[in-house]
Amino acid sequence: MDGLPGMPWPLPWPFDRTYMQLALVAGLVVGAAAPLIGTFLVQQRLSLLGDGIGHAAVAGVGAGLLTGTGPTWTALAVAVAAGLVVESLRGRDSAAGDLALALVFYGGIAAGVVLASRSGTTNLQPYLFGSILTVDASDAYAVLALGAVIVATIALTGRALLAVVLDREAARVTGIPARLLDGMLAVLTAATIVAAMRVVGVLLVAALMVLPVASARLVARSFRTTMLGAVAVGIASVVLGLAASRQWALASGGTIVLVAVAVFAVVSTVQALRAGRGVAPGELLSGPH
Amino acid sequence: MNLTSPPRILHAADVSFGFGPEPVLDDVGLELRPGEFVALVGPNGSGKSTLLRVLLGLLTPWTGTVELFGARPAALRDRWRLGYVSQRARIEPSVPVTVEEAVATGRLARQGWWRRARRADREAVDHALESVALAELRKAPLASLSGGQQQRVLIAKALASEPELLILDEPVAGVDAAAQRQFRDSLVHLVAEHGAAVLLVSHELGAVADDLDRVVVLKRRVVFDGPPGELAATGVSLGIHADDLPLWLEELK
Repeated sequence: MDGLPGMPWPLPWPFDRTYMQLALVAGLVVGAAAPLIGTFLVQQRLSLLGDGIGHAAVAGVGAGLLTGTGPTWTALAVAVAAGLVVESLRGRDSAAGDLALALVFYGGIAAGVVLASRSGTTNLQPYLFGSILTVDASDAYAVLALGAVIVATIALTGRALLAVVLDREAARVTGIPARLLDGMLAVLTAATIVAAMRVVGVLLVAALMVLPVASARLVARSFRTTMLGAVAVGIASVVLGLAASRQWALASGGTIVLVAVAVFAVVSTVQALRAGRGVAPGELLSGPH
Repeated sequence: MNLTSPPRILHAADVSFGFGPEPVLDDVGLELRPGEFVALVGPNGSGKSTLLRVLLGLLTPWTGTVELFGARPAALRDRWRLGYVSQRARIEPSVPVTVEEAVATGRLARQGWWRRARRADREAVDHALESVALAELRKAPLASLSGGQQQRVLIAKALASEPELLILDEPVAGVDAAAQRQFRDSLVHLVAEHGAAVLLVSHELGAVADDLDRVVVLKRRVVFDGPPGELAATGVSLGIHADDLPLWLEELK
């Protein structure tokens, strides 16, 4: 097929084919939603939460393959459950909590591999690292729905999330439901991971939550511009990554993440040159001062 | 209504609390009425921060009662009536946020945390910024401000909801004299213009000594509660002993 039904005008190369248009739709949602969530995760020092929930979500993929239901919804159920478990454990600042997190993450990915093998599917790679050839119309609609929920929720709660990031205790005292917002952020993270599953894969999506934010923080002066800048970098990484993966037949997830890495390298180098001095990479990652 | 005795906005009676078997607070009582400016002082480890956390509902007392605006702290509904600057409030320098964005988060409790800011909300944020003399720096990244300026941002954030009771825990620790004077002006303005009550925990009371209505000295229990002048009669002066107040308070029986 040479175009997605309902597309009002033909898209230019590399998005002139239906499979690329489906990947583009899913990719644009992920390119916007992942940095949006990531802005709050990075500030709460939860950069690797997405990675952990991604591992756990593999169990949901395995369950979906084994039962013959769509892996999207089973992965969503498991990812949301893992997100809420992690969130409840995070409050306990102890070694036991840390080990429990490892149990959830690695238990999840191990269960996913075993369940998938029972279903006769041994190739989990499209789910782990993304494969644009596997995006079908129902996936694209599911991703669009998840994306709409994520963007609407952040539009509604972003201000309160910032209040919690800045000063959790003062926010709680003045009546902002910090624990509820923590749980909501964990659920949105889970939804983003599942939305990103087909395009960048559950093991690479965390990079799209963190790297665009790291780039935007280098140049932005406000929280609003950090968020919008991160979304712009996320979308640009997806579009360029998809184009490159079609042109050179590369794995889409890895290519998109490498573009995001390249953007960070370019932005940080330009910033360092503008500052006119040698800046250690660690200093760049800590943002403007 | 009894005009000589306005309603209490904070009332704590017979409060005891501890983290282990030994009480940190023993039979503590405290009251604040609208427009009162009260300092809570005491030697290091005397339970001041713990008492504030009990008053705010962050800790549940073993015994005794606490009421904020006539309600138990946990049951208080209009929480914007409470402004709080915590001791540990150090703005995370890596959060890329402007002065105005940070102060606006303090308005959320009043505007509804899920709502967009309306005109009255924006005006309240403007007013809070002006009252701490930071209006010109509103678009500046928070991380670019000095320590004293960042403290004033925290205070403006607490003022943005136009609270009726402002509780501050060591807000000027390590801040220079000029910043302390600006801090004093902000608090006096809040009390005078809005009739709010202020409960200030601080060892550095030199800048506000003349403005205080009462000083409460806590040493696990309240050992003094009265005007600063009466405290001087016990041998401790907020002015003369400003530099090492906690040590002088150790001696107070």
